[in-house]
Amino acid sequence: MDNLSSKLLENAVMEFNRLQGVGKRSALRMVLNILNFSESEKESFIEAFRALKDDIHYCKICNNISDNEICPICANPKRNHAIICVVQDIRDIIAIENTRQFNGIYHVLGGIISPIDGIGPDDLNMYSLFEKAKAGVLEEIILALPTTIEGDTTNYFIYKNIEDCDLKITTIARGISIGDELEYADEVTLGRSLKDRIDFEQITVRS
Amino acid sequence: MHLKKLQLYNFKNFGEINLELHPKINFFVGNNGVGKTNLMDAIYYLSFCKSFHNSFENNNIKHNEDFFAIHGTYDDINSQDNVLISCSLRSGSRKIFKFNKKEYQRLADHIGLIPLVIISPYDADLINLGSEFRRRYFDSVISQFDKLYLDDLVNYNRVLQQRNVLLKTMFEQHRFDGESLKIWDFQMSELGQRINQRRIKFLGNLKPIFQEYYNFLTNGKEKVEIEYESQANDKNYFEELIRNHEKDKFAQYSTFGVHKDDYIFKMNDFPIKRYGSQGQQKSFLIALKLAQFSHTQNISKTKPLLLLDDIFDKLDENRVLQIIALAGDGKLGQVFISDTHLDRIESLFAKLELSYSCFDIKNGNIIQLV
Ligand SMILES: [Zn+2]
Repeated sequence: MDNLSSKLLENAVMEFNRLQGVGKRSALRMVLNILNFSESEKESFIEAFRALKDDIHYCKICNNISDNEICPICANPKRNHAIICVVQDIRDIIAIENTRQFNGIYHVLGGIISPIDGIGPDDLNMYSLFEKAKAGVLEEIILALPTTIEGDTTNYFIYKNIEDCDLKITTIARGISIGDELEYADEVTLGRSLKDRIDFEQITVRS
Repeated sequence: MHLKKLQLYNFKNFGEINLELHPKINFFVGNNGVGKTNLMDAIYYLSFCKSFHNSFENNNIKHNEDFFAIHGTYDDINSQDNVLISCSLRSGSRKIFKFNKKEYQRLADHIGLIPLVIISPYDADLINLGSEFRRRYFDSVISQFDKLYLDDLVNYNRVLQQRNVLLKTMFEQHRFDGESLKIWDFQMSELGQRINQRRIKFLGNLKPIFQEYYNFLTNGKEKVEIEYESQANDKNYFEELIRNHEKDKFAQYSTFGVHKDDYIFKMNDFPIKRYGSQGQQKSFLIALKLAQFSHTQNISKTKPLLLLDDIFDKLDENRVLQIIALAGDGKLGQVFISDTHLDRIESLFAKLELSYSCFDIKNGNIIQLV
């Protein structure tokens, strides 16, 4: 696909091609599609991405993607701010919110520990969580990370850093089979496993 | 349980083949390179969903053809007769596996349904090659009927891979952080300890059966032993991992753990690799495989199919007779034997007076002799 007639076209195709799961062929199709938009359609398309770049916030409290400094969940006084559910990213929040079983707030790590992917604790939104735990106003932290080796390791790292704090540390019940990501768990299973959460200490034999 | 009918289409060097098999003993006779091993491989394939020789899938298709298919009809699979197991592969597509014409969702669901043990000249690798071959062999035998063990192995390897990358990264960045390493040690010790215990238990069960078979084959001339060697034996796994941090730091990989395990094959207290004759080594391996047969039978409650692929060379006639006598005694189920010498087989059976079928294999054609 090196022989496109236009350099501008090629640039746009290359940009779409950077997206995960989008090959050059699909990228070209998308770009041609956009070229066929009306002028106002093109404007709104571009505006959406400009706003995404300039105006998006990461919630100061939970690190969730938000339009304001504080996201609607953290800003909601009806939610229980003493219970924090720790998740990998926004997709997990969407999955848990869909269950309507959880009334606390969240903490978004932005990933999980995985040396293979070059991600260590310092690359994650980890230390602000420890500060929240040490402030002494929390009742419970629920660890809702994927039930993979990396998820378990991240759970363990968090647990080791806050085990002395005066609060309950729980993990969602393992109704979800090994390797399943929260995002793909069905709502009933996920809802039930949130209700049946268990003390993290129970599953860590060693302290 | 036994394989009643075998049909091949374009599998390796065969065109179209239709065989009616004997419920007890089947001989495949032919010169080297005519496809005896390929025929054995087709039977293996129906049990394990892959070739024993692990070649690139498309290489299993006959030259200049674009698909292969294997159909096996079995009697007495969980008291069901005429069970049809089919496998087919079209060049460039995925392999399709069917139980009574219904496709399996996952190949893993099939494995274990038709237990099978193969004894072949490749078994010598277990003595001659490195520890990973022995670990892989024992792991495959254990995990075939223990999915939790398989899970533990997969997870252990994942932790090991992560931990090794971490060690390498820390080395490259000139900053060693024991605490970061320790968070992996927690899971590594949980998993490693369970794997260690399972291996000890398995070998403990297998060893007496193995020794009994060896004595049976050799009339008890030598004392044989399989020792499970592991850094983890009788140690506090977690503490050992921590104690080895310094060593790991310089090695840039994990130096302690069950990934270093080995199984030591011994005869009269010496490693059989150096001190055993070729015949003794062969008997050792056959006894090991027959012990695997018993183990598989105990768990699956059915006698596995047994493939004896070209193992009679360099084995004295008495031992060969003893193995075949096992089949006559009803200790074995259905047996498939391949050999190069028709006269050797005929004289054996003249002595044993067993009923059997014999197939002559010549350049991709098979003719039933008996
Ligand atoms: Zn928030």
